[in-house]
Amino acid sequence: MHEILIEEKILAKNDEIAAENRKALARNNIYTINIVSAPGAGKTSLIERMAAELGSLGVRFAVVEGDLEGDFDSRRIERHGIPALQITTGRACHLDAHQISHALPWVFERPIDLLVIENVGNMVCPAEYDLGEDMMVTVMSTTEGDDKPLKYPAIFSASEALIINKTDLAPHTDFDIDRARENALKVNPYLRDLVQDRRRGERMGRIPCRACQGKREARWIAQGYIYRA
Amino acid sequence: MHEMSITKSVLEAVKREMDRAALARLYKVRLRIGELTAVEPEALRFCFEISIKGTPFEGAALEIEEVPLTGLCRGCASRFRITSFDNTCPGCGSTSIDRVGGTELDIISMEGA
Repeated sequence: MHEILIEEKILAKNDEIAAENRKALARNNIYTINIVSAPGAGKTSLIERMAAELGSLGVRFAVVEGDLEGDFDSRRIERHGIPALQITTGRACHLDAHQISHALPWVFERPIDLLVIENVGNMVCPAEYDLGEDMMVTVMSTTEGDDKPLKYPAIFSASEALIINKTDLAPHTDFDIDRARENALKVNPYLRDLVQDRRRGERMGRIPCRACQGKREARWIAQGYIYRA
Repeated sequence: MHEMSITKSVLEAVKREMDRAALARLYKVRLRIGELTAVEPEALRFCFEISIKGTPFEGAALEIEEVPLTGLCRGCASRFRITSFDNTCPGCGSTSIDRVGGTELDIISMEGA
């Protein structure tokens, strides 16, 4: 009998492809964000609102949509004049780096500064799969519980930013925005930017945009606040 | 549930190692799973079992070493288990800590013949 020492990450292969994606995207001067949330938290609506805002700032972007079935989301995005590619994952509950690598030729045909990947609506599985993005953003909405970070810690822990969405509905729910923020920071003390979406808010959140560096930062359509943790 | 795709990745690595060492039978696979991952050890065991059924790997055991969420204090260097996401060092009360365990998702080793 032999014992063979392996000592490697289970998802080493995914991580390898993700690293290649990241390099290729950087070579093309594209900043990439991977948006994750539970179904219905408002990922697609958020991206739709980015269209007008980023368009007026001259930031060109494209969207890769991940869903189990159908092209409903990519069609919604295209209506705003934003190129969108739909990936259907079949029964898989998350996008992986391999699927994104196949989308990259399509991405590189387009002159863009920013790539937005909308992951499958799921707060569990996408946490483990690096796609090669620069920033993973979790969206949670006020129609969910403010204890969500404590119940789904892996996804909050893997994210660099959090957007709290549907804050206009907060008065009608028992969602406490400060408590949600506190919970998120408990799970992920490194979470630097907490962006709060306010449909009619005045302040804009920002995301860094490598392509825009030195000129301006790409503005985040979330119409919210960034908290510096 | 992504424990199935995790299992698939594990078995790919195992198969690669078995081919390399020219082994025919698999007895055991050892994994290290952190507390802060989105992987449920019980679900993983289930997926592993049904994945090896009817294959040359049938009967192999899956051993999972679970790693608790662990903090290392930047102030007094004590190592401690983080419970209920309380990032306070029990030694000196500092909240300036680094997470040094709990996100592992590793294949440690395998046994075969």
